[in-house]
Amino acid sequence: MANTDGGWDKANLQNEAEFMDILEDQRHCSDLRFAFRTFSPPPYKGGPTCSTPELNRAVLDSQYLRYVIQEVAVETGSSLEEVRDEADKTLQEMSQNLQLRFIRLMAFTFRKVFKRLFSAIYVNMEGLNALQQAAQEFPVILMPNHRSYIDFLVVSYILFTYDIPLPVIAAGIPLAGMKMVGEILRRSGAFFIRRAIGSDKLYWAVLSEYVRTIVKSGFAPLEFFVEGLRSRTLKSLPPKLGMMHMVLEPFFKGEVYDVTLLPISISYDRVLEESLLAHELLGVPKPRESTTGLLKASKVLQESYGRMHVNFGRPLSVRKLCEGKINRCQYNLLPRDLPQKPNAEAQACTSWLAHLIVRIQEEGSLTSPWSLMACVLLQVPATALTEQGLLFDQLTEKTLWLRKLALDCGAHLSWPEKVSDSEVMSSTILLHHSIVYRKAGCVYLVRADEPERKHPISPEEDVMRTAAAFLMLASYRNQCLHVFVRPALLALAISITKSTQRDEIFTCFCFLQEVFSYEFIFIPGRSTQDFEEACSLLEKCKAAHVSQWEVTVSDTGLEVLSFLQELLKPFIDSYQLMFRVLCEERDGSFTEKEFLPAVRSVATKLIISGKLQTYEALSSDVQKNVLSAMRRLGAVTKIKTSESLEYKVNKSAVRRNADMLAGRIPPQIVQAVPDARL
Amino acid sequence: MASNSSSSRHQTARHRLSIIAGHLQRPADSDAALLAVDCKAQANKPNVSAGDRSEGRTVPRKRQEIMKWNGWGYSDSRFLFNKKGQAEFTGKRYRLSGMIIPGLKDWMESTFGANLQHKTQATPALNSSAVQPPTLNEVFVEELKSTGIPFSHEAEDRVFRGHGHCLHEIFALREGKIGRVPDMVVWPSCHNDVVKIVELACKHNVCLIPYGGGTSVSSALECPPEETRSIVSLDTSQMNRILWIDEKNLTAHVESGIVGQDLERLLNESGYCTGHEPDSMEFSSLGGWVATRASGMKKNIYGNIEDLVVHIKMVTPRGVIEKSCQGPRMSTGPDIHHFILGSEGTLGVVTEVTIKIRPIPEYQKYGSVVFPSFEQGVACLREVARQRCAPASIRLMDNEQFKFGHALKPQVSSIFTSFLDGLKKFYITKFKGFDPNRLCVATLLFEGDREKVLQHEKQVYDIAAKFGGLAAGEDNGQRGYMLTFVIAYLRDLGMDYYVIGESFETSVPWDRVLDICRNVKARIVQECKDKGVQFPPLSTCRVTQTYDAGACVYFYFAFNYRGLSDPVHVYEQVEHAAREEILANGGSLSHHHGVGKLRKEWMRETVSSVGMGMLKSVKDYVDPNNIFGNRNLL
Repeated sequence: MANTDGGWDKANLQNEAEFMDILEDQRHCSDLRFAFRTFSPPPYKGGPTCSTPELNRAVLDSQYLRYVIQEVAVETGSSLEEVRDEADKTLQEMSQNLQLRFIRLMAFTFRKVFKRLFSAIYVNMEGLNALQQAAQEFPVILMPNHRSYIDFLVVSYILFTYDIPLPVIAAGIPLAGMKMVGEILRRSGAFFIRRAIGSDKLYWAVLSEYVRTIVKSGFAPLEFFVEGLRSRTLKSLPPKLGMMHMVLEPFFKGEVYDVTLLPISISYDRVLEESLLAHELLGVPKPRESTTGLLKASKVLQESYGRMHVNFGRPLSVRKLCEGKINRCQYNLLPRDLPQKPNAEAQACTSWLAHLIVRIQEEGSLTSPWSLMACVLLQVPATALTEQGLLFDQLTEKTLWLRKLALDCGAHLSWPEKVSDSEVMSSTILLHHSIVYRKAGCVYLVRADEPERKHPISPEEDVMRTAAAFLMLASYRNQCLHVFVRPALLALAISITKSTQRDEIFTCFCFLQEVFSYEFIFIPGRSTQDFEEACSLLEKCKAAHVSQWEVTVSDTGLEVLSFLQELLKPFIDSYQLMFRVLCEERDGSFTEKEFLPAVRSVATKLIISGKLQTYEALSSDVQKNVLSAMRRLGAVTKIKTSESLEYKVNKSAVRRNADMLAGRIPPQIVQAVPDARL
Repeated sequence: MASNSSSSRHQTARHRLSIIAGHLQRPADSDAALLAVDCKAQANKPNVSAGDRSEGRTVPRKRQEIMKWNGWGYSDSRFLFNKKGQAEFTGKRYRLSGMIIPGLKDWMESTFGANLQHKTQATPALNSSAVQPPTLNEVFVEELKSTGIPFSHEAEDRVFRGHGHCLHEIFALREGKIGRVPDMVVWPSCHNDVVKIVELACKHNVCLIPYGGGTSVSSALECPPEETRSIVSLDTSQMNRILWIDEKNLTAHVESGIVGQDLERLLNESGYCTGHEPDSMEFSSLGGWVATRASGMKKNIYGNIEDLVVHIKMVTPRGVIEKSCQGPRMSTGPDIHHFILGSEGTLGVVTEVTIKIRPIPEYQKYGSVVFPSFEQGVACLREVARQRCAPASIRLMDNEQFKFGHALKPQVSSIFTSFLDGLKKFYITKFKGFDPNRLCVATLLFEGDREKVLQHEKQVYDIAAKFGGLAAGEDNGQRGYMLTFVIAYLRDLGMDYYVIGESFETSVPWDRVLDICRNVKARIVQECKDKGVQFPPLSTCRVTQTYDAGACVYFYFAFNYRGLSDPVHVYEQVEHAAREEILANGGSLSHHHGVGKLRKEWMRETVSSVGMGMLKSVKDYVDPNNIFGNRNLL
């Protein structure tokens, strides 16, 4: 399989030198003139495309939809007409209505906003050129990562600037509900998808037919976020497979010769929603998307957010990637228009591709100085940061050391050139004044303002005050975790097993990959390659010596190894804590609503008592990931009861995982339950 | 029976012949060819000398006397570039013969990047020393001699029967490379001869490979290199008589070695035809059609070979297989004819066939329709099939093939014609707004009563109009069918200038026709690029047959191989990839070319393991010692 992992390798990335600041280029021309530039993308070679009403008509008239409508009518006992109307309504709610006028409006507004928010927007021109070529040949699927609301239209903005056909974009339905804005988005090419589709057969049918028709007809490039939602933690999310399968299906069924996937990595120096995200993770509900909310948020627009990098990856041919992975003959014996559940092979292929894309997005993203600093800061004891402060020089020294390690691990840095390192450090701290500040040669963590109250604040409230800043810091660390995660897991496996036997360490490495499968993205079926990559990176950093049978730690490697182990320590600690909570559940079953507060209260107590070093156990994201991982490993099962979803704990299984993670018993290769998320 | 030679019948026959000659492009003025000759049906003496029998027949025992040993067709007919650099077609046999084709040079240069300066020379004559000496089974030869059946182990005869017309076979011959060929050739002249030969072969464990017209494009005639026994090519070409014609039931009983053009000509003399006209009908034989499940251009009226045969006689190592009566349909278990149809020479030799015949149609008319795009053309064909009103033949060529057909227009003598052509072009591209790089053309052939033909024609043109089609005249239609007969000659011309190519076919459900055409053509282009072909290939297709539930699609593929060290290997890789693509898009392994050895790697997935087991067990029963050892199919 190694060869079929396809045109994917490290060469995927462009050098920083090839990035161009598109704002720089545009500051000279007026916003209005820019918005009214002639837009003439080269035509699609697959034939003339249709208009939006024609597209919608084709969807409604499709054999597939007619079939499903009939089925639904029989099942629900409604008349064909009613179901058809329902489908039509669904389509109206969903459908985009891309109009160049609105793109111009959007371009005009964005330019104004972008110029205020960002010091630069870097785009790799080579990637854009490749995209322009690719967009003429086959249907293109633009697949950006999703870290901020800004992601949503920035790609369209760039494509408009460089004469590349504008995409239609999959968006969450809440956006459509915003007054005015929803309609503007719709006319800028957004189409809206409900969040919890569940088993709504008709909705699935309309959505999948809509997506497939767009791909088949080459109507426009299709943009969607394979991670499904904005990552609250700035870490890649496990990909969602439904939409992925919809765009691949036309290729699987031979309805198009090929589909081009184009991963896009968007990296921010500073994310607009940073504090919002941290509070969400701490259980403060996310404000509903509304136009007034958007206007209220305009104070965030007064701030500066540094640079944004948009890295367009190399176009990937689905045909080439799927070679040997999918037998297209399986579609020969059923009419292709009939609903057909993807078989195991198609699901595996879809999942593999989706994970691959996320990994490429990771590889393509740029690591900022701040992200490295966050790694360093998080390894300092919490109290040191809040009370005594960290010496600026020490921070600088350690960050520069980490910069070298990151480069050795193949990271792509957005470390500004032509500026002295200390200047970079100072300006970075200034940019992130919401999280850290510098006073008298020391760096401190910013804590939320003390609430004006008569009575002294309780220790619990004090924890929450600090937690937000720590979670923000953790998010920025997460931005570069993908660079270190493989060698870090290896370092962890070495310390857990306390062995030098390569196969023993490998077994533990695989176990860790399973446990953290929702935390970090690993391409299914590539454990061996991941392990080898980790080995070779540790060797490169002179941290370990790897032979056919053994992995031995070298004397010079302790610094690197302990850094890497420390990097993952918050996760280990949080997971162990949650394992404990799970095992202490009295009746062995609980709902998610019960679990999260329980964990939070235990964690808060431990933090106060100084027994837990990390605030990340408070993050709802980690808590959910633990549950998902335990479900995957069969230690927790989900049961549907009449009112709610309940979890049932297999305590001995959880305990076994806890023991394996702590190195008390040797890990076994676990047989994970296959994902059924398609 | 047939000699009921009223002059009116001769009249019809003559008319009919001129029509056949029309799409064979043979000049219809040769009186000798038009004379209705009495059928020799009663001449059932087994050992008449060959000279007597081959009167009026096309194929002599020494094929090399009239046919090329390393190319397609008659020795006297070929394309070449004359001293002025213009393409011309030599000989007198075809309508195109002796004509200048002014557009061909430009087309070849622009399509392939070919250059008249870069010429490859084929080995002019067979070098007998390049042929391995025959491995003879002496006892077999002795006993065969005593039967009086003619045979030969001359190098030329053997080489001629060791190949079909796959690209790699012809390419090797042009380079003078000869692989394993049959060790001797026998010419039975009737069923009983075949019985004797098969008996002797079984007795002495000799490998038999039946040979009909030699037009195989599936490597079916290649001798298995691992075969150590003496290989005897059983050439049926001298078994070429119509044994009787049954006018009450409209059937004819014919020996299997007769080639298509002879069968048609002889039947015409009695006022009948079979209507079975595969593109290879000049050279392919009745037995070959049966053995490969052939399909004819006019199957919409007459049916494919399986619809045409009423009775088959085949000689196998176990004895003779045939049905006891000539009932038009039977419910007697699986139809044993279907073990024979498509058996590709692995079970025995088809010796005699009773085939349906029809009176010669009164009227025949060509036609053509231009569509703005291939998509619309396919939609039209689909509608025609839905209404079950397909003409005798309807074929849709894609844009590349349309241009190709255009390049084959012979020089027009009158300014008026070229003026008209210009006007037509102007009307279609400028007035009607057809994009010359997207439009495509359907060619039509109507047959039947004059009145019905005209009515039918209107119906089809009305449907076409609904899909944006414009009638584009009879000429274009006729030229389309001409292309079929000369394309094989053109390949030889291409090979003179570093261009190699081939055609292959499939059948596919209607909803996949467009997808398969697009994907296979794109795959060919991509594979050529990936395999280092320096010039963009010609990758084109046409829909050649319509059925209720699908269509037959034909692909042409050719490229300029300059700069490639092993062009044939590259060619084979690309063809292999194209076939994979066909199968992945729901196409069949073959519509009518057969499997042979070229495509047998896909047989198991095509018919399932149980299916293979069934075929295998039939083979094991009928031919346990693998006397018919060409190793096709299984």
